[in-house]
Amino acid sequence: MAGQEAAVGSVEAVFREEHGRLLASLVHRFGDLDLAEEVASEAIEAALLHWPTDGVPSRPGAWLLTTARRRAVDRLRRDRVLATRLAVLQAEAERADPAPPADADRDLPDDRLALFFTCAHPALAAQDRGALTLRFLAGLTTTEVARAFLVPPATMAQRLVRAKRKIRDARIPFRVPGGDELPDRLPTVLQAVYSVFTEGYAASSGPDLQRIDLAEEAIRLARILRRLLPAEREVAGLLGLLLLVHARRNARTGPDGAMVLLDDQDRGRWDHPMIDEGRALVVIALTGPRPGPYGVQAAIAALHDEAADVTSTDWPQVVALYDVLLGMVPSPVVALNRAAAVAMRDGPDAGLALLDELADDPRLRGYHLYPATRADLLRRLGRYDEAAAAYRSALALVGTEPERAHLLRRLASVTAD
Amino acid sequence: MLLFMSPTTEWDTTVDGCSFEDWIRYDREMKDAGIWVSGYPLQDLTTCTTVQVGPDGDRTITDGPFAETREVLGGYDIIDVPDLDAAMEWAARSPGALGGGSVQVRPVAEIEVEV
Repeated sequence: MAGQEAAVGSVEAVFREEHGRLLASLVHRFGDLDLAEEVASEAIEAALLHWPTDGVPSRPGAWLLTTARRRAVDRLRRDRVLATRLAVLQAEAERADPAPPADADRDLPDDRLALFFTCAHPALAAQDRGALTLRFLAGLTTTEVARAFLVPPATMAQRLVRAKRKIRDARIPFRVPGGDELPDRLPTVLQAVYSVFTEGYAASSGPDLQRIDLAEEAIRLARILRRLLPAEREVAGLLGLLLLVHARRNARTGPDGAMVLLDDQDRGRWDHPMIDEGRALVVIALTGPRPGPYGVQAAIAALHDEAADVTSTDWPQVVALYDVLLGMVPSPVVALNRAAAVAMRDGPDAGLALLDELADDPRLRGYHLYPATRADLLRRLGRYDEAAAAYRSALALVGTEPERAHLLRRLASVTAD
Repeated sequence: MLLFMSPTTEWDTTVDGCSFEDWIRYDREMKDAGIWVSGYPLQDLTTCTTVQVGPDGDRTITDGPFAETREVLGGYDIIDVPDLDAAMEWAARSPGALGGGSVQVRPVAEIEVEV
């Protein structure tokens, strides 16, 4: 019995590791996401049935792929209309990209990179790209993806069906963009992975401040991308950024899940090996001309992680990096973060002046961190009545319980007699 | 299918690099690439007539498009390319994507009919 349970456990481990690669390989071969998904899960079921009695094969990934391919061929024989259509697609795909001979490499072909670009194609809705990436590359179930993006499973199922239909009917290609297209296409892939991470790092609503499993899934995806695109410095930048931020996870919440701000975190609880790995990636990301926005954000995160405490943080350098970032990404959220850094360098008055310049930006309307940041600066200046009003504005917008509790505590600190 | 949409206010083929010569050149490029299937430019909006049939079968005929229309179809091309990326590339090369215009890329539906 114990042997059986171990086999089931290893099937799950293999499934997790191999799912994206298996699916990508099947899509490459058959050109159809739905068919690939169905035969991939049939192969997993077959593995769950046979491996506990026959033992786990020496190359489990290859076993799954062979089984799935046989199932696909069986289906195609049964459905001749589909077979004709797929034969045309496959012939086109092979003409464009002749496959290497089957025995050329002992390892399985890795088509995951093409699947990353399909899932994050710019012709898909931005909100669906992260969902498709989680579903097809991370191998999460539709229910798990729905939980990740905090929507009902039925809604997520509909969104995924619609996105898959668009991929098929609009003929969104399954391929890695050429070198000249890559600079345009890579950002949507990185954004899809980053959106998974940010949802894990700072959940937009719900009882928990962070969802570690989701953040770790994003890091796993970023590591795969880094292996597949070792020369792309922005991939190094993204992975570095995720590691440098995730390294603080244990210090970000106190007992009972309460939020602990960067200023008050116990830096001894930060994950220092992870910080070291992230810092090495920042060096790679910033070496060479024209670093990208992920590399610069990673560098900012590294400056925070390297400091012994808030006051010894290299604030002039943080502000300088925000200046660079603002030049690349003219977003009001970046400007907001820059204002907070300026407040640390030059004092709360200077930060407040910058925030006032952003007051009318419609993109910040509804963003709770704008009034929350303003409130903190007003509090530091002793302007308690104005701070209280700003905390109340932030409370009206905040989504997660730990952040609400934090704002309530701050509000109480400026209204206490 | 590439649908060339123009802003109604600027119904003028000479704005911002959309000259007649640009369209002629674009047309020739598509034909030289062997991807062009068919396509036509359309006459301007003043020649447009709208026909609607109500639930009781009554026909309503209106001169021109609806007043609230912001973009109008100026013409179309049907091209034969392998995937959306190739179609997007041809859309981006067309003069119709310039000067406030836009190009919609729509796959042609394949409807199987028993004969």
